[in-house]
Amino acid sequence: MEAYLGYFLYFLSLLTVGGIYAILALGLNVQWGFAGLFNAGIVGFVAVGAYTYALLTTAESTFHLGGFGLPLPIGMAVAMLASALVAALIGLVCIRLRSDYLAIATIGIAEIIKLIFKNETEVTNGPRGINKIPRSWEHFSEERFYSSWPMSWFGTPENWEAFFDSLPNWYWQPLFAGTIILVVFAIYKMLERARTSPWGRMMTAIRENEPASRAAGKNVTRRRIEAFVIGAAIMGLGGAFLAQHLRLIEPTNTFDPSKVTFLVWVMLIAGGSGNNRGAILGAFLIWTIWSASELMISGIIDLITAIFSTMDASILQTRAGFLRMMLIGILMQVILQRYPGGILPEVRPASPKADTKTADPTGDTK
Amino acid sequence: MWDAFGFEFVNFYLIPGLVLGCIYALGAIGITLTFGILRFANFAHGEIMMSGAYLTYTVMAIVAGAGLSLHPLVAMVPAAFMVILLFLGTDRYFYKPFRKEDTIKVVMASFGMMLIIRSAVQVIWGPNQIAFVPGIAKPNAWLQSFTGDLGAMIIMPNKHLFIFAGTVIIVIALGYLLNRTRIGKAMRAVSDSPDLAHVTGINVDKVINATWIVGGICATAAGVFLVMDTQTLETTMGFRMLLPMFAAAILGGIGKPYGAVFGGLVIGLAEELSAYPWIGDAPLLSPGYKTGVAFAIMVIMLIVRPQGLFKGRSF
Amino acid sequence: MTQPVLSLNNLKAGYGQTEILHDLSIYVNPNEIVAIIGPNGAGKSTAMKSVLGLLNIREGSVVLNGEDITDTPAQKVIEKGISYVPQTNNVFVNLSVQENLEMGAWTRPNGVEARIAEMYELFPDLAEKRNQAAGSLSGGQRQMVAMAKALMVDAKILLLDEPTAGLSPKYRGEIFSTIQKIKNTGVPILIVEQNAKQALGVSDRGYVLVDGANRHTGTGEELANDPEIARMFLGGGH
Ligand SMILES: Nc1ncnc2c1ncn2[C@@H]1O[C@H](COP(=O)(O)OP(=O)(O)OP(=O)(O)O)[C@@H](O)[C@H]1O
Ligand SMILES: [Mg+2]
Repeated sequence: MEAYLGYFLYFLSLLTVGGIYAILALGLNVQWGFAGLFNAGIVGFVAVGAYTYALLTTAESTFHLGGFGLPLPIGMAVAMLASALVAALIGLVCIRLRSDYLAIATIGIAEIIKLIFKNETEVTNGPRGINKIPRSWEHFSEERFYSSWPMSWFGTPENWEAFFDSLPNWYWQPLFAGTIILVVFAIYKMLERARTSPWGRMMTAIRENEPASRAAGKNVTRRRIEAFVIGAAIMGLGGAFLAQHLRLIEPTNTFDPSKVTFLVWVMLIAGGSGNNRGAILGAFLIWTIWSASELMISGIIDLITAIFSTMDASILQTRAGFLRMMLIGILMQVILQRYPGGILPEVRPASPKADTKTADPTGDTK
Repeated sequence: MWDAFGFEFVNFYLIPGLVLGCIYALGAIGITLTFGILRFANFAHGEIMMSGAYLTYTVMAIVAGAGLSLHPLVAMVPAAFMVILLFLGTDRYFYKPFRKEDTIKVVMASFGMMLIIRSAVQVIWGPNQIAFVPGIAKPNAWLQSFTGDLGAMIIMPNKHLFIFAGTVIIVIALGYLLNRTRIGKAMRAVSDSPDLAHVTGINVDKVINATWIVGGICATAAGVFLVMDTQTLETTMGFRMLLPMFAAAILGGIGKPYGAVFGGLVIGLAEELSAYPWIGDAPLLSPGYKTGVAFAIMVIMLIVRPQGLFKGRSF
Repeated sequence: MTQPVLSLNNLKAGYGQTEILHDLSIYVNPNEIVAIIGPNGAGKSTAMKSVLGLLNIREGSVVLNGEDITDTPAQKVIEKGISYVPQTNNVFVNLSVQENLEMGAWTRPNGVEARIAEMYELFPDLAEKRNQAAGSLSGGQRQMVAMAKALMVDAKILLLDEPTAGLSPKYRGEIFSTIQKIKNTGVPILIVEQNAKQALGVSDRGYVLVDGANRHTGTGEELANDPEIARMFLGGGH
């Protein structure tokens, strides 16, 4: 029984983290898949979301600004807003430039954001980070929540304490995973609507043939900024969930570009950019491969150290992590070259009136 | 005058700024040439630079194993050769397949290469810092006493003199290559218009290979100069350099190697001088934000003058 | 019968999926200037690009001195002796005049100095501008740089795409007289022109291209005097 519970909880954690990545991949899909905007600084938007959420929802602390102890949904909503705001500022400056510049600028902004979080110790506690971030569902069992409204309306702190003591200590796990899956589904539904709406079709038209869209009087820059901001807001929400999942965030290791930005890119490319289902599938698939390969590699290392008993396992362990990263990078290259459409390639929304301008892609000179 | 202001300013801000500027300049040369000739932002450039430094270190370590000691500037030569092979291999297997496609594909491929190269270095050499040249670098005694006699004492370790001299030599050689040799002129021609170069019969593949070779030499030099300066090897140094190098390339104008050199010097100086107590006693900008200076310059440039100071290409 | 230097035989070609040339046949004999005229978008530039192997040829062939060069890559075509001056963007603006000429000689690296000297004789205006960036020259001078650059190789044939577009009448005359001079050195020329009257004036033969196919063919004089063509191209406000 114990063993099955272990597998069940492992499965839940796959769903949780996979779901958080799915949210990020959906956000990226709005920017890249819909609008063709190369955001190489995903980690920056995630960090803004995570820090905003953390500062707003943690209990008052002497280490950092606040925390303000606000309700969790407010924290998440403001996390989205903050991320969107940052995106809007970058968008206004960089979106009219060629995609390479946007990539450079976003890499830059992500680094600057991390720099700020690292240096503004008064606000963020600097490199030591923010601790005890409330996690949805689990937070109910914290005294500061059950001893204040609205929970206090339904029971005394003593009642609540007894109630949570009677639950297994992992009671929140299925609920948290379920919430994230629900959020993924909701975002998916909204993005599917957006994709098939006139707005979505306009995005496709712009991406396929920008000059024609401009000539047709469409406000290309505005549409692009919209896509960039919406995507960033979704990433901000992903960041808020990441902060909940980790409960401790700090600027350097938590927001390592290779584990956030790169991995999300690989997920979207593998799943199929432009396809929302592809983004979700890619996220879960790559995350499963990623975390399963960790188990596998540590198994192999155990084996090796058992055979060569003089070997220092810890060196192998750290190096193996990087080998995994390298293999993910190679996987990305293979997908780019061999399967440019990903597992679920983009499906064009059926357009009500035949749009001859975009229907026939004219190739370049060979 | 010198005692009150000059000594500190020159030795602790200006010279370090110029040293950093030289390193950025060399890195930015490769970026601007690739951007101009192959028309894409190569995100793997910083990592290639970092691997050049690691290879140099390895060459030195191997030679040291044989009981000899090799100066980094000498060990750099075989390392540069390997870096060139790395560049050419990367191009052949990862960039060339996308030559006729949308540029963004190859930008993405370079983005992936950034990850692959860094992870490979971390697998081979491990993620921790390595001391490149241990010990404190003593100022050059002759320069110190000579300038001291003149009343403007300059304390500069030999490593900085090597970095300046190396940069000057490379920039002069580059100028010769681009303005006096056939392949160098062809590089400028392709940077000017790849389509016209193609119908002029210029062997564009050859020009591209030449670009990687030049970029590889400059990148290795930049990487080695950086670790000569900081005396430590770090796997994150390439990524840390990337932004200032792009900023330098954009500041100087894309496709303009001299612009990149100028841009590199400006960015290096700006980063160091931003920490000078211009107003009052406190640094103008907290040293923690040094990296932000390059970014700020780049963004301002993109807003007011995307073609750069020297009228490079803007997209 | 003499063998044509260059012939395009029943070409069907286009960019990617779109077909631009539907049925095009053109030939150029030794020592001839042949003009292609036609309305904007007729496919004149496309016809020239098809010779350079820059687009998909679906049917038909391109033959140079009896050798089939259909779908040969541009660099090889140029090595075989076809020189091409594109309609726009035909000089390296950041390179000096001299360097432009050197680049023109890429496929023929020997005797570049002597050849450049010959070019300065043919285009005396350029000699004094040799160290100036091509981008700083006037339109007519640029056109001359472009032509000189193309002539740096031992061209078997020269393809000129609208060499006088946007030039003043003075320069136009100069370009046309240079074209005559080039012909006299023994290089046949295929020229695309908007200034139909002048082009037909210097040409031995001409083609009228409409919608990617030949509409009329004849000697320069015949075409210039054809009333229908006169109505189409010659009447308007050139
Ligand atoms: N690179 C390209 N890709 C797709 N279509 C093209 C391309 N270049 C030209 N076309 C199309 O091919 C057709 C013929 O163009 P072309 O340039 O050959 O005309 P032209 O006769 O030279 O006209 P002009 O007198 O204006 O130079 C046009 O409809 C044009 O839109
Ligand atoms: Mg034309």
